Amino acid sequence: MKFLFDSDTWQEIYGSIRKNKVRTVITIIGVLWGIFLLVVLLGAARGMENGFNKLFGNFATNSVFVWTQRTDTPFKGFQEGRRFRLTMNDIEVLKSEYSNEIKLLAPRNQTNNLLVHNFKSGDFRVSGDYPVLDQIQKKQLLYGRFLNDNDILSTAKVTVISEDMYIQLFDKGVNPIGEYLKINSINYKVIGVYKPSNTIDFDGDTAYIPFTTYRKVYNTANRVDWMMITANEGTNIEQMEKDILLTLKGLHKVHPEDKRAFGSVNLGKEIGKVTGFIIGMQFLTWFVGIATLIAGVFAIGNILLITVKERTKEIGIRRALGATPKSIRQQIILESVFLTTVAGMLGIIFGSLVLFLIDAAVSNNDDIPLINPTVNIPIIFIAFATLIVLGTMIGLIPAHMATIVKPIEALREE
Amino acid sequence: MIKIEKLHKSYPIGKDSLHVLKGIDLHIKEGEFVSIMGSSGSGKSTLLNIVGLLDIHDEGDYYLNDQLIKDMNEKKSAILRNKFLGFVFQSFNLISYKTALENVALPLYYKGMSRKERLKVALEYLDKVGLKDWANHLPNELSGGQKQRVAIARALVTKPKVVLADEPTGALDSTTTDSVMDLLKDINDEGMTVFVITHEEEVAEQTKRIVRLKDGVIISDELTKASKAV
Repeated sequence: MKFLFDSDTWQEIYGSIRKNKVRTVITIIGVLWGIFLLVVLLGAARGMENGFNKLFGNFATNSVFVWTQRTDTPFKGFQEGRRFRLTMNDIEVLKSEYSNEIKLLAPRNQTNNLLVHNFKSGDFRVSGDYPVLDQIQKKQLLYGRFLNDNDILSTAKVTVISEDMYIQLFDKGVNPIGEYLKINSINYKVIGVYKPSNTIDFDGDTAYIPFTTYRKVYNTANRVDWMMITANEGTNIEQMEKDILLTLKGLHKVHPEDKRAFGSVNLGKEIGKVTGFIIGMQFLTWFVGIATLIAGVFAIGNILLITVKERTKEIGIRRALGATPKSIRQQIILESVFLTTVAGMLGIIFGSLVLFLIDAAVSNNDDIPLINPTVNIPIIFIAFATLIVLGTMIGLIPAHMATIVKPIEALREE
Repeated sequence: MIKIEKLHKSYPIGKDSLHVLKGIDLHIKEGEFVSIMGSSGSGKSTLLNIVGLLDIHDEGDYYLNDQLIKDMNEKKSAILRNKFLGFVFQSFNLISYKTALENVALPLYYKGMSRKERLKVALEYLDKVGLKDWANHLPNELSGGQKQRVAIARALVTKPKVVLADEPTGALDSTTTDSVMDLLKDINDEGMTVFVITHEEEVAEQTKRIVRLKDGVIISDELTKASKAV
């Protein structure tokens, strides 16, 4: 390994690279492009993964949402197209029948109303909810607290409003906690202000009031608009979704094969699709990146082969002067490794730079799900090591070609 | 120094083979100044290549410095070349992107000498051939005679036993030819064995022994006036 640290070895390499500047640059670009693509694509894929993770972050990803529509099959004397509603009775039945599977269950009722505070007003959604909602979809509170069980039991006229509502309805700097707000002409006491998540959100700007209060004020009796269910760890959510729907069909005298009567979304399944897409993209990235890398390395081998051919005479002279085949081989392989290494480093630097620019451009933009696009250092090292190994291997070919020519034939070459 | 017995060499040409050297016997002692003469195709270059370990013979024995040359691999012959032989070529064969000094120092690199030391030695030899001031010039900045003198310095730098010169004056005009030959004479006077290939009578006459080759055999081997004068 002594030759690696010999300044002469490097001078020889520098000499031969300087002699073929244009070709050296073109060669380097081949490998540079490969590793650049690998770094940028992997970084982008990682950024997207991070972005989607954040998007789903505040949400329990093992959630199922269920609501009612109209039946599409006549059953038990009912005609098709019948409308019906979920009831609190359904909630109780599900809770007791699926006590092993269901972790949280939030029945919800929602409507739109005018919210008034002093002389300011705005039209917003109002939602009757249980405190359990906070566990399914974490609320980031700026002031005060979310609804609690006491509010439910006492049917308290309290509300938790969004940041936007606070900005629209309150003067700047006013502490909203304890202030009163008119919803549908009824006074509610503000107990909390939350910041809507910029991720998946089904509510947007919603004023939350206790479910029991909603029932009383809007006279919804037993009715439930829709419900959110989250499953316990280890539960087969798809099976649970099917079973729950079947139970509900039984309760509401809906044909078991009815496809329209109940609407449902399995969040896990939807996220699975996206995750699968990201995994596919990462696979594609690896494939494209490595294929480009290999192409680049072959280009280096090709160029070196031509260089060796052109330098046949020089190699002949060197051998007449006492260069052993080993020393010639070493030099050519080292040249190959040197070129691939420099190209690799430049590729990684440019790739990182582009990732940095992408990050700087989109990090403040919540619309683009791309967060912290990075590539793992071990991955870089592996790619780099692969590059050096490939560079060595591809260098073996021209190195071999350089030494199989007899010195006398090499000297005759003009 | 060089002892050749019944040396044969043929090259395959298609299905046939060309018999180039047909039993050469030659004995060159240390300190001799020998020229090999012959028209093109007489086999003189082949002989030099075999003596220079750039090619291998088919039959016969070749002793270099009392060592039988047999079953050589590239590594062994590279080391022997570096140790015992110095080459001077007709077309100089300097490496174009290296300065005169670096060209002269190159054999010492393959010998494993440190950079500082070999540049020092190389400069000494450049001084010897009168080109110290041109040390940092590239070959294309030198005249033909200067290039050949750099090449001679390069051949001498490893202190070889034998200097092999293949038409050293072939690409030079008569004045520079004389200066190159004078240089070779000086080297020989210092005790170095010099082995020149040429087809120019004037050049051959300046050596001490002329061996004439024709169609792969030695037709004459005689001492010259130059040798008798000493």
